[in-house]
Amino acid sequence: MADSIIQVKDISFSRGQRVIFNETSLDIQRGKITTIMGPSGVGKTTLLKLIAGQLAPSHGDVIFDGDNINQLSRKKLYQIRKKMGMLFQSGALFTNISVFDNVAFPIREHTNLSEAMIRDLVLIKLESVGLRGARNLMPSELSGGMARRVALARAIALDPDVIMYDEPFTGQDPVTMGVLMKLIKMMNDSLGLTSVLVSHDVEEAASISDYIYLLSEEKVIAQGPPEDLMHSNDPEVKQFMEGLPDGPVPFHFPSSVDYEQDLMDGRQ
Amino acid sequence: MNGIIRLGQFGINICERIGISGIILFRAIFRKPDFKHGFPALVEQLYSVGVLSLVIIMVSGLFIGMVVGLQGYNTLVKFGASQALGQLLALSIVRELGPVVTGLLFAGRAGSALTAEIGLMKATEQLSSMEMMAVDPLHRVIAPRFWAGFISMPLLGIIFSAVAIYGGYWVAVQWLGLDAGAFWSNMQASVNFNIDVLNGIIKTIVFGFVVTWIAVFQGYECVPTSEGIGRATTKTVVYSSLAILSLDFVLTAMMLGGW
Amino acid sequence: MSRMRFVEFLVGLFILIAIVAFVFLAFKVSGLTSYSSSDSYQITASFQNIGDLKVRAPVTIAGVSIGEITDIKLNPQTYEAIVTMQIKSAAKIPEDSTANIFTAGLIGSNYISITPGFSETILKNGQRLQRTNQAMILQNIIGQLLYSFKSGDSKKSDSTPTTTSVEGGLPQ
Repeated sequence: MADSIIQVKDISFSRGQRVIFNETSLDIQRGKITTIMGPSGVGKTTLLKLIAGQLAPSHGDVIFDGDNINQLSRKKLYQIRKKMGMLFQSGALFTNISVFDNVAFPIREHTNLSEAMIRDLVLIKLESVGLRGARNLMPSELSGGMARRVALARAIALDPDVIMYDEPFTGQDPVTMGVLMKLIKMMNDSLGLTSVLVSHDVEEAASISDYIYLLSEEKVIAQGPPEDLMHSNDPEVKQFMEGLPDGPVPFHFPSSVDYEQDLMDGRQ
Repeated sequence: MNGIIRLGQFGINICERIGISGIILFRAIFRKPDFKHGFPALVEQLYSVGVLSLVIIMVSGLFIGMVVGLQGYNTLVKFGASQALGQLLALSIVRELGPVVTGLLFAGRAGSALTAEIGLMKATEQLSSMEMMAVDPLHRVIAPRFWAGFISMPLLGIIFSAVAIYGGYWVAVQWLGLDAGAFWSNMQASVNFNIDVLNGIIKTIVFGFVVTWIAVFQGYECVPTSEGIGRATTKTVVYSSLAILSLDFVLTAMMLGGW
Repeated sequence: MSRMRFVEFLVGLFILIAIVAFVFLAFKVSGLTSYSSSDSYQITASFQNIGDLKVRAPVTIAGVSIGEITDIKLNPQTYEAIVTMQIKSAAKIPEDSTANIFTAGLIGSNYISITPGFSETILKNGQRLQRTNQAMILQNIIGQLLYSFKSGDSKKSDSTPTTTSVEGGLPQ
């Protein structure tokens, strides 16, 4: 395989009684946009947390740029995290400080740059997401889409190697979605980043991804470039990609009683 | 049979929670102090935890002092011992009411605010995103709040006691007409700095530690939903209050027994 | 960043108020005084019965506080109470003075009142005041009173006060 910056090897992870991953493997290619798709609750966000080291799998390894995440000391893990940027679903900006300070936060934390240099850097990052003019607003004054763009600026503040996007398109209006898609593609291409998207917006993700992994029930059921999955004949893949209401994932929640019988029983 | 198993699980759960809270506290406090980033955060927290509690502490102190003065006078005058009012007021405030009431008010106002704030940061993934940016939220968010609570509580306790005694003085001398000289000199003769004032301050230090620890832990470990935050805040106030009252008894017994 | 300065100012003010309150508690409420070794000296006295006397109780002459009690011990041979007092250097006590234990008010706590003697020699650091009177014990007085009632009125003028000195009153 060509250069994989992240390798997920046979990981198993459970939450309580529920098994979420059972010897699942993934490869994220350097410089490409990879999307991880799947139904709600399948564990996509959990996978991101496993990659970032916020959770530890019960079996298997996560290799990030040559380092085995789970075997690192806390200090080393924090060093590695500087190479990762993560964009949370809600943006997760710090609500008590301004947009400018939010973007400046990682720079102030990890570098000793002068305030003048920090100012320049912040303005550059904000300009790249189109929000330089909003720099003195507080997060509570931003719309959802704007908050996510600020969060993106913050995620790229230290020029990471990888950015992970947790459901970036969910619940956004078409304009914001267009903006976000443009930004993701642009970041990836112009900055040479690797992007990992977690999404279930099939159209949007398919249009910008280089590679897609489709998760369902503890494992990867399909992978490949978007065209392959769109034209797949596998019923599960087809149902997901085309948004069919009924198929391998059934419409009816399983019931032990037949429909007619259930209505009849109520009459007794 | 089932009940006993459940009881066992409950007990193990409690131990686990206490263990986690201990580890969190340890990781938050014991590390190289980071003055560049830590000090401004501490000052900000001292403001929100300490300064913003001043009003409720001072007003409560004033009224409690006045009530103790009034009630005390009412009872003492029946024994012709109204000169002992200063003594009664000072000892009850400095030894007991001061530390305990300040602790309870602090738990209700500052403790619940801490829990809610930290819980909300957890629910909106701010703590998570901080971790992702390679900043340990225990150092950046939890530690300043912990130190602020630990420092503020004794200061608030001292202020409470002073204001309460002043309130009692005002009622006793200005209103009820007792002799100011007798009031102060009787008080001074009976209040021992080491045994009463210092022990009172020690109590506030202990309460401050416990309340802040509980508040910070409940916020950090809460279920990150709005309902979870609400429950965590309630737990902070309830557990803190119980802890204060039981520790007060233990400390009083130790202090009166001569350590 | 003027908000930061405002916040710092308020925090500083908070700490200042706490210090003022602390000083108030220390001096006005608890009457903290410092008897440092440079301006005070130590004397002892033995009593048959110290009653309710406690450490830190004041030592007075003519009602004026000149020191305080720092230690109370029991002499294992004579079974007397040895009281150690820290006295201000400015207060000079003749060596034939008497130390009495009085009660402040009717139900108050005990303190030591020194009735000065006439000797030229002044007590120095570490010396012992020889003359003492024990505290007034309520039970003893009641006992005496009952005894003197029983003995009849006429005999009352004959009986000399044998044991105690009465508060605030009869010169010895």
